[in-house]
Amino acid sequence: MTDDLTQLTIKEASRLLRLGSISAADLVTAHVQRIERLDQHVKAFLRFTPEVWEKQADEADRRLRQGDAPPLCGIPLAVKDVLCVRGVETTAGSQILKGFRPPYTATAVARLFEAGAVMLGVTNCDEFAMGSSTENSGYFPTRNPWDLERVPGGSSGGSAAAVAAGEAMIALGSDTGGSIRQPAALCGVVGMKPTYGRVSRYGLIAFASSLDQIGPFARSVDDAAITLSLMSGLDPLDATSSDRAGMEVLNNFGAGVKGMRLGVPREYYDVKGIEPGVKSAIDAALAVLRTQGAEVVEVSLPHTDYGLAAYYIIAPAECSSNLARFDGVRYGMSEVDAPNITEQYLETRRKGFGSEVRRRVMLGTYALSSGYYDAYYLKAQKVRTLIKRDFDEAFKQCDAIVSATSPTVAFPIGSKTQNPLSMYLCDVLTLGGNLAGLPGISVPCGTSHGLPVGLQVLGPQWGENVVLRVARSYEEASGVKTQVADVV
Amino acid sequence: MSSPSGDARHLPAQRGGVWEVVIGMEVHVQPRTRSKMFCGCAIGELGDAPNTHVCEVCLGLPGVLPVPNKAAVEACLKTALALGCEIPRHTKFDRKNYMYPDLPKGYQISQYDLPMSINGHLDVGGRKVRIRRVHLEEDTGKLIHAGDKLHKAWESYVDLNRAGVPLMEIVSEPDLRSADEARDYAIELRTLLRTIGASEAEMEKGQMRAEPNISIRREGSSELGVKTELKNINSFRALHRAILFEVERQKQLFEAGDTVVQETRGWSEAEQRTFSQRSKEFAEDYRYFPEPDIPPLELDRAWIEDLRRGLPELPAVRRARLVADHSLPHRDVAVIGADRELADLFDGAVAAGAPAKQVANWIVAEVAPSGKLPSAQNLAELVKLVSDGSITRDQAREVLVESVETGRTPAEIAAEHGHKQVSDESELRVLAEAVIDANPKAAADFRGGKKQAMQALMADLRKRAPQANPKVANELLLKLLG
Repeated sequence: MTDDLTQLTIKEASRLLRLGSISAADLVTAHVQRIERLDQHVKAFLRFTPEVWEKQADEADRRLRQGDAPPLCGIPLAVKDVLCVRGVETTAGSQILKGFRPPYTATAVARLFEAGAVMLGVTNCDEFAMGSSTENSGYFPTRNPWDLERVPGGSSGGSAAAVAAGEAMIALGSDTGGSIRQPAALCGVVGMKPTYGRVSRYGLIAFASSLDQIGPFARSVDDAAITLSLMSGLDPLDATSSDRAGMEVLNNFGAGVKGMRLGVPREYYDVKGIEPGVKSAIDAALAVLRTQGAEVVEVSLPHTDYGLAAYYIIAPAECSSNLARFDGVRYGMSEVDAPNITEQYLETRRKGFGSEVRRRVMLGTYALSSGYYDAYYLKAQKVRTLIKRDFDEAFKQCDAIVSATSPTVAFPIGSKTQNPLSMYLCDVLTLGGNLAGLPGISVPCGTSHGLPVGLQVLGPQWGENVVLRVARSYEEASGVKTQVADVV
Repeated sequence: MSSPSGDARHLPAQRGGVWEVVIGMEVHVQPRTRSKMFCGCAIGELGDAPNTHVCEVCLGLPGVLPVPNKAAVEACLKTALALGCEIPRHTKFDRKNYMYPDLPKGYQISQYDLPMSINGHLDVGGRKVRIRRVHLEEDTGKLIHAGDKLHKAWESYVDLNRAGVPLMEIVSEPDLRSADEARDYAIELRTLLRTIGASEAEMEKGQMRAEPNISIRREGSSELGVKTELKNINSFRALHRAILFEVERQKQLFEAGDTVVQETRGWSEAEQRTFSQRSKEFAEDYRYFPEPDIPPLELDRAWIEDLRRGLPELPAVRRARLVADHSLPHRDVAVIGADRELADLFDGAVAAGAPAKQVANWIVAEVAPSGKLPSAQNLAELVKLVSDGSITRDQAREVLVESVETGRTPAEIAAEHGHKQVSDESELRVLAEAVIDANPKAAADFRGGKKQAMQALMADLRKRAPQANPKVANELLLKLLG
């Protein structure tokens, strides 16, 4: 019985809660018990927050009894370690922030708390969200619930694995180059990155500010949509946030894809290194969408090849500046015994940061340096503009773009850690969406060799409704239901 | 920011000739705002307990974001408009990256290649000084070292009350040619900023910091010499002295066959000299790039025009008007034109019917030094009481003081004290005779041709009878001594 409660969607759980068949405490207990049984294997969580969930579950049950339950009342939530929660240790997966307890809560998290969600704990991730496998965590790697010898993807691997393993009903991640969509694909759950500016970044420990967006992991498109809608909108604390329209999803996104034109970029369809099993799963998904009345057309994103290079200039450049504040002066790790301030900086950062973070800080510092700025940073920004234009052109010919989320299924732990470039290639189909600031979702679309494959849907800026409509139509018609992994 | 004086390295010709001084000014001004540049923290006062005006944003905690302060943007735009600058349609913030413990984020949010305004000018003593740019940025915190020397300090403390306080940086072209001009430029800038309400610009309170860039060259040369930048200047007087010192130092270096090193030098008030702070031989690489947390600002033209229309009369215009409309002497224009409140008082009193020259006289001689302003109506009434001979100047001074204190009208006060002016000749003749009798030496001196002896006689007369009409009394004394 208790395990059954960990297989539910928000809709199903909310019905039971409102009927009084179960309490919020029951729901939380079921998840906690599952965590106790499974997380020693999956290792999705870095920390648990009983002091938070006890209070929030009590409050949820009180409101359920009063009959004024908010939309996510009692829903178990996991939060990626890059989102600040007041009083809860938040470390961005890094040793340098060990022990840091922010005195504020990220806007996105605060909004879900207001909506009644119950926080179970903090999930593992690549250090400062830099990575595609969660192996760069400063603590330990997370494992894929479908095969414990494989990675869950990353950087939000802990959140994806938690939802896939039935350890949380929904989870939050951040997506800078694919860090929500790629792990969602590899773990067989729904993961969505909204339009840049849709969700406030206040309280999100920054990796690359012009690319970062917060989004949900869930077991269904509906759950992702409702979670996203509850955390969206203008925030006076984030000057890049917006209350643009496009989130009226719950009105029309059940409308199906009949008459819609879906573009398949040939550069994505035939991307180098795509596994045959992934390709055939995508072909099958396109066939399903066609039978639903969508017209599938070929489009082109000619600058795709340059996207990865541009991304690996812009993201490290911003990160080199964003991470300068971790200097051991005010909080976090501090090598105070150093003989002078420069040594204190160097020692703190040498010990506190892992090798991938140090690599990107150095890359970014170099790219912004006088004499190299024009050749690297400025050129990368020009490429970024061209990539945006590619998408603008493509969206003149189609309503949404569909492709695989990741060229491969989950890969074995350790198989890419020695070659950073091979790891960077994991995001080749997702990072264009970040460079152009577009909304994108990954929904499960079957398996290859028993491992989940994800279908990516990208929409025009502020076109969340389009993305969700395609994803939901596929989910409904395909009958591919997000399954909770049977871990051991 | 980049410095306005040139970077060219050359030795001025060793042959004789007159040295020409070349100065560009970087002035940082704290705009009048309630809160900091990118967060809601209040602006503290000098001397507040350390770290009492801080929050997660200005402390640079992880995950927080800057949101620009509209009041600071507005003050910067008003300043730019008052300086005749062009305001581009697009402006943006940039990050200036360097690590220092007083800089919580590891970068300062400033403006690099698209500043809020460019190409203005400020007229100083009839000369046009070009303004290169006015932009907005944030201040850093402050380090306090245990012990007075950094390298000997065991501990250093960080106070972040100032971190994130808005600053406007006003950069001039190297158009200033002397310490006097540089000081006058700074004073004129303060007058302008106060007039438009953009800043209190109090140097002693750290609301205005002037950093002159100084080089010298042989007169006739158009090249720019190697410059030094001066910091730690806390008053107009210090600005003047620091430049004089630095110019002299550079001259002596050249004349001894030495060269000037490009560097930042501090001004020591205690020792009255400049000292080397930081060599700029190897320019630090600040890795400027656009601040991704703040979208580029598109400056609404209608808003700019509203701000332009809302500007009060600027000091230069006001001075020109005081001369054109009232033919005031230079000395009066300098005082009244430099202060918006005095100028408004002048205009008000003149509008109330008092003669302009006398009003100016009273403001310059009495009101400005006291710093206490009567109402325009009361000043006008006072001036009229004096000019129609109802009361004497000496009486009027007392009345003014009382009027400022109580707000009552000069006519009321004069009546209450029984002030009036005595012009009756028979009455004054008795008085004049008494004065001559009491001052036989002065009387003899005057008769012997020492005309200035009259001053002593008049002084005694006014002491005995403040209500005496000085003009009539003077004529009587002349007649009696003649």
